[in-house]
Amino acid sequence: MTLWYSRNLLLGGTLSLFFAALALISFVWTPFDVESLNIAAKLKPPGASYWLGTDHFGRDVFSMIMVGARTSIAVALVAVGIGMGVGVPLGLTAAARKGGWLDEVIMRGNDLIFAFPSLVIAILITAIAGPGAINAIIAIGIFNIPVFARLTRGAALSLWEREFILAARVCGKSRTRISVEHILPNVTNLLIVQGTIQFSLGILAEAGLSYVGLGAQPPTPSWGRMLAEAQTMVSFAPHLALVPGLAIVLTVLGLNLMGDGLRDALDPRIRVART
Amino acid sequence: MLTYLLKRLTSLVISLLVASLVIFLVVEVAPGDPASFMLGLNAQPDTVAALRAELGLDVPKFARYFAWLSGMISGDFGMSYTYRTPVAQMIADRFWVSMPLALMALALSTLIAFPAGLFAAARRGSAGDMGVMGATQLGVAIPNFWFAMMLVLVFAINLRWFSAGGFPGWDDPLLALKALTLPAIALALPQAAILTRVMRSALLDILGEDFMRTARAKGLSARQAIWRHGLRNALIPVLTIIGLQFSFLLAGAIIIEQVFFLPGLGRLVFQAITQRDLIVVESVVMLLVFAVIVVNFAVDLAYAAVDPRLRART
Repeated sequence: MTLWYSRNLLLGGTLSLFFAALALISFVWTPFDVESLNIAAKLKPPGASYWLGTDHFGRDVFSMIMVGARTSIAVALVAVGIGMGVGVPLGLTAAARKGGWLDEVIMRGNDLIFAFPSLVIAILITAIAGPGAINAIIAIGIFNIPVFARLTRGAALSLWEREFILAARVCGKSRTRISVEHILPNVTNLLIVQGTIQFSLGILAEAGLSYVGLGAQPPTPSWGRMLAEAQTMVSFAPHLALVPGLAIVLTVLGLNLMGDGLRDALDPRIRVART
Repeated sequence: MLTYLLKRLTSLVISLLVASLVIFLVVEVAPGDPASFMLGLNAQPDTVAALRAELGLDVPKFARYFAWLSGMISGDFGMSYTYRTPVAQMIADRFWVSMPLALMALALSTLIAFPAGLFAAARRGSAGDMGVMGATQLGVAIPNFWFAMMLVLVFAINLRWFSAGGFPGWDDPLLALKALTLPAIALALPQAAILTRVMRSALLDILGEDFMRTARAKGLSARQAIWRHGLRNALIPVLTIIGLQFSFLLAGAIIIEQVFFLPGLGRLVFQAITQRDLIVVESVVMLLVFAVIVVNFAVDLAYAAVDPRLRART
């Protein structure tokens, strides 16, 4: 059954790489400048000169999709970084101090953050600092923290019961050192898989926040805002709504398939169970 | 059970208090004084001071927090800075759009997910199972607000079966439900996809259990065994996920309301942000967080009621 998970990995990886490549290429080249307006060429349907058509200001949709990919990927990636950077150490600490007051404080703190959906965090941040891509990153990043903390703690707890950890303790290693040297390498696979899932959720969340005006602000193109602008024109220029939507769907689908493929490839138990 | 209940209740109250404190502090550090914002750049200092006093902004923060908290407990959320109407009334009006929308979506996603999950689990590995799993993979990848726009394009603009947006109010319940149908479908889709996957994997776990083999051995067909013994046991993880989904549905409702121009909590809070009507922002956010915490508490209790081992452990 190796074929099954490698097929997921291949398809997901290809889709993800395609959008990552679009984002990277946009730094050096786009078919048209995304900030220059060309009213004479407004609302053109997809065709030879404008591959995916133009919007109401005559801007090239394909170029905007390329730059929008940059925004989406950057926001989601940094948000995963925040979630992992804060959540993993918290989870490791909680597991190392299982049952102690520190464990209790960390886990209750996690529960509290869990009660704030990322949209609600974004609303709060926007109320203080105004809208922007940075706020979206912080909101999604904060939302990711308890996800990684819980996952790390859960996986670490079962590792703490294992004999090789006992051996490390007998050697006189401190809890912190054991966490870093022995526990962390053993939860890395899990973190990679969860990382791709949170990455895809981050892309969806960024699109949602930009759509309601809490994310990236003009003139930075973002897929969510392209959709918000397309909404009033959906009846006579449906390509404006179709293209960014499909970009989001394909990116998220690619990341999810890649996550599934990675999970199957990295977890030998699933491989054994399947064969 | 009583000790368990008391313990959970105490932690519920503490969670709510801490959440309210966090929300209050975050909103309080917001730059910009609501009174100066309302009166504009040319306002006289004494006019601003008078308005600050009228809005209760001149009282120390600590006292304001307790006033806000005790007010909320008694149902008084204060006065909107912008509209000068009670916030509780503004929220109550919007609540009757957002809450029915979230509940409709919850019901719809359950109605889709249960049969789909059952179907896929019972035919594990078949083309039907692969089809359902492929559809759920797509379902979780589609942003609900984009799906909403596509629904509008097809069912409102092209087929003209539904209106593209707006809400006629609850005077005519049928019209109101019709206006909420497309939004509820859009909101339910990703949740249904997640729930189908949970339902399928919970059932597959159960199918491997000894008691299911016993049920088959005593002569039940696969379908009867799933129906009588499997389903009830698989419901425990499914119920937990439904509880967790509620917070996503409420947050999702806020976004979907924007697509359909529904006068719900989402519209209220976005307007309040642009008008710096911070007391409204504060109260709506608190209400959303309150809903999430209380629903999770209820799920915990339901879990303990179903599974006695959980009560003993804590």
